[in-house]
Amino acid sequence: MNREIAVVAFAQTDHRRTSEELSEVEMLMPVLHEVLDRTGLKTADIGFTCSGSSDYLAGRAFSFTLALDGVGAWPPISESHVEMDGAWALYEAWTKLLTGDADTALVYSYGKSSPGPLRDVLTRQLDPYYVAPLWPDSVALAALQAQALIDAGDTDEPALAAVAARSRADATANSRAQLRGSVPAGEYLVRPLRTGDCPPIGDGAAAVILAAGERARELCDRPAWIRGIDHRIEAHSLGVRDLTDSPSTRLAAQKAGAFQRPVDTAELHAPFTSQEVVLRKALKLDDEVRVNPSGGALAANPVMAAGLIRIGEAAARVHRGESDRALAHATSGPCLQQNLVAVLEGDPR
Amino acid sequence: MPEALKAPLTVEFPFTRSLSPVQSAFLTGLRERIVLGVRTVDGRTLVPPVEYDPVTAEEIRDLVEVAPTGTVTTWAWNHAPRRDQPLDTPFAWALVRLDGADTALLHALDAPGPDAVHTGMRVRVRWAEERTGAITDIACFEPYDSSPNETEPADHTGEFENPVTGIVAPARLDYTYSPGRAQTAYINALAEQRNVGERCPSCRKVYVPPRGACPTCGVATSEQVEVGPHGTVTTFCIVNIKAKNLDIEVPYVYAHIALDGAGLALHGRIGGIPYDQVRMGLRVEPVWTRGARYPDHYRPTGEPDADYDTYRELL
Repeated sequence: MNREIAVVAFAQTDHRRTSEELSEVEMLMPVLHEVLDRTGLKTADIGFTCSGSSDYLAGRAFSFTLALDGVGAWPPISESHVEMDGAWALYEAWTKLLTGDADTALVYSYGKSSPGPLRDVLTRQLDPYYVAPLWPDSVALAALQAQALIDAGDTDEPALAAVAARSRADATANSRAQLRGSVPAGEYLVRPLRTGDCPPIGDGAAAVILAAGERARELCDRPAWIRGIDHRIEAHSLGVRDLTDSPSTRLAAQKAGAFQRPVDTAELHAPFTSQEVVLRKALKLDDEVRVNPSGGALAANPVMAAGLIRIGEAAARVHRGESDRALAHATSGPCLQQNLVAVLEGDPR
Repeated sequence: MPEALKAPLTVEFPFTRSLSPVQSAFLTGLRERIVLGVRTVDGRTLVPPVEYDPVTAEEIRDLVEVAPTGTVTTWAWNHAPRRDQPLDTPFAWALVRLDGADTALLHALDAPGPDAVHTGMRVRVRWAEERTGAITDIACFEPYDSSPNETEPADHTGEFENPVTGIVAPARLDYTYSPGRAQTAYINALAEQRNVGERCPSCRKVYVPPRGACPTCGVATSEQVEVGPHGTVTTFCIVNIKAKNLDIEVPYVYAHIALDGAGLALHGRIGGIPYDQVRMGLRVEPVWTRGARYPDHYRPTGEPDADYDTYRELL
């Protein structure tokens, strides 16, 4: 079945260093209410619900089932969960709508990084035989990639600092962002990456609503039509990959139709400055494209939600008429291991 | 709003993992101070070796022995090592392509400082003194001035005496748990020997303990309602196996207890009555030990048993 599917609403929390006064469902629920309110839909009107989160972040077993309390899942709803960024939950919801089984979908994700040692927590996603026993933290792995880029002549430390400065300057217009305005480059965290090259650690949640065909036009003045969406993964062993490139991003973008016509906006999920360099190259983005007007993950990086937020931010710009064709990207795993690309368009004006 | 409750929470597992034939040969080789790689379908040598070709996904089993010397392909200086990392003094993370290999291995590189490290530098394996068949049998790499050895790696059977067939990978993460608004209020009230639930503004159900949301309606609960202290056993089980670290004699009864005024049952142990006399409908009350923040168990109140119809919706 060939159906047009659009993002019709987006909501997110303020992203903060800690939300210790709130449980996960208490943090998430206002966002679910806000995104439903934007469309006038109630939980019972939603055909499919899909979420993304990881229990490892806050160290709470089955936290996604507790988070479901915020949805109002009675009478029983059609529901699914991915232990991944919410962008992949959106992908599942998109396929569900494509089948015609549902006309609307609620997608949400959340992450509370504040209770745990995030850099160490993320080592638990690595190869458990050869890599995880060494506990190489997320900043260290990103720094290996940054050095490879510097050695290849693709960037240097001042260029990376410029990515950080531009992102946080743009984030001054984003009241939800955690790190805004002038942020010092700082000391080396793991050289060559300085604190300024790294994302803030914090808590947050996001939600979007998808709708198909005419339903989308009823729910939104200017739906952000998903023209294409695809995700690809690379080998898990870092030493097998060329860390200066992202063939998985390029292939996902090609499959999503990103190269058919230029985009005017790109929301890239690049938690580290050096990763924006890789993504710009893989996606062939030139200076005409507005990259991360929200400030991107360098301004707010709630793990498990930051990728979904890229899609939400890109869609919101289409909704507001600030973009006609936008690319949204989400990543997962170390050094951009797995990548998702979506192309969103508004109806001609 | 009272200050949020917080408590340390350690999550710790000793993951026991079995090894594939290729992983077993590689890790056993490290124990014997031999580094093995595996040949891909197109003739490249992967170190560390994997079971399937990363390009074609074909099963690959042809092992070769590569040199313990190699070249740094990228690195990052870690001035503040974290717990469980290979070295506790500042070191470089490095991807090292061993002589004879076409891919790089991630490990630590012990060097005096970042100025002593560069891409292309020559290094060699420093073996751990005690080796068990694990990636940590390589203690780290160390600088080693030598020419790359470009001879073709020799075939290796991968067979060793007493091969390792599994690893135990301990994983420990330390969190600071905070239960959030609703549960903080509940726990604080409980410390004053009061059971305070929260009512759903939509369906009026009273949740004890409250979690901040009505799972039926998907809205926030906020109106606080004191319930109990008496309640009714709605259903129960008899525990016959002693739990680790739990100083309770078996058999004992673990029950669902609907406190008076609550919209659902909570869990608790029943004491003060022989285990085989506990029954559905038994009326109970909490028993607090001195200084405790929560009831130790529940005991019979002596009231007549509750009629089934009064708790049938709370089972």
